[in-house]
Amino acid sequence: MRDPDPFVPRLFRVEEARRENADTTTLGLVPSHGEIPSFLPGQFFMLYAFGVAEIPVSVSGLSGTGRLLHTIRAVGAGSRALCRLRPGDFLGARGPYGSAWPLDRAEGDDLLLIAGGLGAAPIRSALLRALAERERYGRVVFLYGARGPTELLFRPELEGWQRRPDLEVQVTVDHAPPSWRGSVGVVPERIGHARFSPAHTTAFVCGPEVMMRFTASALLAAGVSSERIFLSMERNMKCALALCGRCQFGPAFVCREGPIFRYDRIARLLFLREI
Amino acid sequence: MPEAQVPASQGSIMDREGLQALLDVLTSRGFGVVGPRVRDEAVVYEPIRNVADLPEGWTDRQDGGRYRLERREDRALFGYAVGPHSWKQFLFPSRQRLWQARRTETGLEFLEEPSRDERWAFLGVRACELCAIAIQDRVFLGGVHRDRSYAERRQRVFVVAVQCAEPSGTCFCVSMQAGPKATCGFDLALTELLHAGSHRFLVEAGSRVGQEVLAAIPHRPANEDERRAAEKVTALAAARMGRTLETRGIRELLQSHPEHPRWEEVASRCLSCGNCTMVCPTCFCSTVEDHSDLSGKHTERMRLWDSCFTLGFSYLHGGSVRKEIRSRYRQWMTHKLSTWFDQFGSSGCVGCGRCITWCPVGIDITEEARAMRSSLPEETAHV
Ligand SMILES: Cc1cc2nc3c(=O)[nH]c(=O)nc-3n(C[C@H](O)[C@H](O)[C@H](O)COP(=O)(O)OP(=O)(O)OC[C@H]3O[C@@H](n4cnc5c(N)ncnc54)[C@H](O)[C@@H]3O)c2cc1C
Ligand code: SF4
Ligand code: SF4
Ligand code: FES
Repeated sequence: MRDPDPFVPRLFRVEEARRENADTTTLGLVPSHGEIPSFLPGQFFMLYAFGVAEIPVSVSGLSGTGRLLHTIRAVGAGSRALCRLRPGDFLGARGPYGSAWPLDRAEGDDLLLIAGGLGAAPIRSALLRALAERERYGRVVFLYGARGPTELLFRPELEGWQRRPDLEVQVTVDHAPPSWRGSVGVVPERIGHARFSPAHTTAFVCGPEVMMRFTASALLAAGVSSERIFLSMERNMKCALALCGRCQFGPAFVCREGPIFRYDRIARLLFLREI
Repeated sequence: MPEAQVPASQGSIMDREGLQALLDVLTSRGFGVVGPRVRDEAVVYEPIRNVADLPEGWTDRQDGGRYRLERREDRALFGYAVGPHSWKQFLFPSRQRLWQARRTETGLEFLEEPSRDERWAFLGVRACELCAIAIQDRVFLGGVHRDRSYAERRQRVFVVAVQCAEPSGTCFCVSMQAGPKATCGFDLALTELLHAGSHRFLVEAGSRVGQEVLAAIPHRPANEDERRAAEKVTALAAARMGRTLETRGIRELLQSHPEHPRWEEVASRCLSCGNCTMVCPTCFCSTVEDHSDLSGKHTERMRLWDSCFTLGFSYLHGGSVRKEIRSRYRQWMTHKLSTWFDQFGSSGCVGCGRCITWCPVGIDITEEARAMRSSLPEETAHV
């Protein structure tokens, strides 16, 4: 018997394609045969658009729902082709790969979920899991920054989250029209306005690298331990199997040891230029 | 692939005709024999059938950015070091189809690659190259996800090692503990013995298949003198290394000096051409491409060698991570000599010298390591 070939994708069908904003789409995928392997918030799949490209995309939903949810921003050939898919279209997917948000480790702690831009996609899966087992955590806080109000992802859901008494949500935007009633400014600034007890807090952060650097510094300044801050890193990926070498980040393969890293383990690399 | 080690043999002796018999036996057993031959003024690895195909009477002169073949006084068949090729091109082809996809009536279909029954016999594998193969085995087969095509090719390879007699000016396998004597990882190992007009090979079997093949070719047991002569070949080679690299503390040295000014200095010379990564027998980085046909119904997923020296290698939406050559050279050398330990438990360099020889501007990894170390206070340099 031959071993399975880890490079070959599995066939999935688009069940739902939901437009989030001008350039971002959430796809709901179901496998053509068999079950979806179980996965954890923070992990990712390689999605293949026929004849175009295969790209890493985080899960934005939960395991065990019978479908895979991915929220994709069209930035180049591969992501654009995926965002163009409509219900009934086919694509390839393989995974899950990489490390997960350590939700179990955070049990009993206040949970600070911090997202910048598209970072809301992998953070969403952690938030959904936390809300599904709400009693395991202390306070749960979601801080979310976007460029403008029209770029916010998961808008209908966001309103629902904002109404929940057991969840604190703070949304901030870089630029806002006069009608915007929320806050304006960058995410790290919101940390000082959130309610959590720093000594018993675990923070998950996902967004552009600069945003994560500032956020991590602000969290440390607020008294959160560097061992309880987790970041999701991005590097170029071609295989997700630790075989192509492209996702190296110092000694780590982001596709294997990452994408979720504990802050104190990568702090030195994070502040190096072009590593 | 050599299986369980067999007890060290006392060594056998065969002559040139014995070598031809070896090629014939391997061919009749269904192996495609690949070995050294002269092509375009270099020793390269290509299919061979006869002893006459080997680079008889040739040697090489190598230095930073320089490679030249020269005639030898004798009729040695293996009297040179390594050339621009390595066995990686057979086990991990520079261009390879991973799978195909096809649009169908009902959707899409993925087609796996069939298993191929090509079986290679590598003739003339040097000690450093055995180490390089062992390193790539760990890369492709040692992790959670195994590279199936590599595994299938590797499994069937028959390895005939040749002990080194003529290290080149850029060799430093002794520093990397990768040579010049091959001690395991082969099916058969040959030491070429040239003495007063006689031309013989001391043969050692390193596996059961190796023993079987040896049994099928004319040979006789080696005597004490012949064994000693063979020992001397690699001992002399070890004493004639062209280069050295101090490996003590190198792993910490490189990882703890990412902002060392030497990176800037070497970047001012480096052309970022990627030659060093192409000739390196352990470099394994790759990229993928989709090749679609005109109908748009069929596509081939190709894997190609890639290099950390290209700008696209670290490309992310918004720009490459490693824009400067400084960062790319730092990535390459730090990976080879340092982070490779974190990832695969060994150095990524076997001291074959290819990257030095084939660098158009003669950048020398041993020299870069020395410069970095010597510019630091003793304690830091020897962490
Ligand atoms: C772990 C992880 C999780 C991610 N999760 C998400 C997510 O949830 N949602 C999301 O939208 N995105 C996510 N991304 C980012 C996403 O993978 C990239 O946006 C995507 O790979 C871009 O591919 P593209 O084909 O659309 O764009 P392009 O930018 O065109 O890149 C395509 C590929 O072509 C190559 N390329 C393009 N331009 C060049 C050039 N100038 N030179 C050389 N090579 C080039 C690159 O190698 C690149 O990988 C994630 C990334 C990682 C690593
Ligand atoms: S880094 Fe240079 S000397 Fe070391 S194995 Fe690669 S090519 Fe050979
Ligand atoms: S070190 Fe030499 S061979 Fe390697 S990329 Fe730079 S110029 Fe090319
Ligand atoms: S994506 Fe290929 S090694 Fe990580």
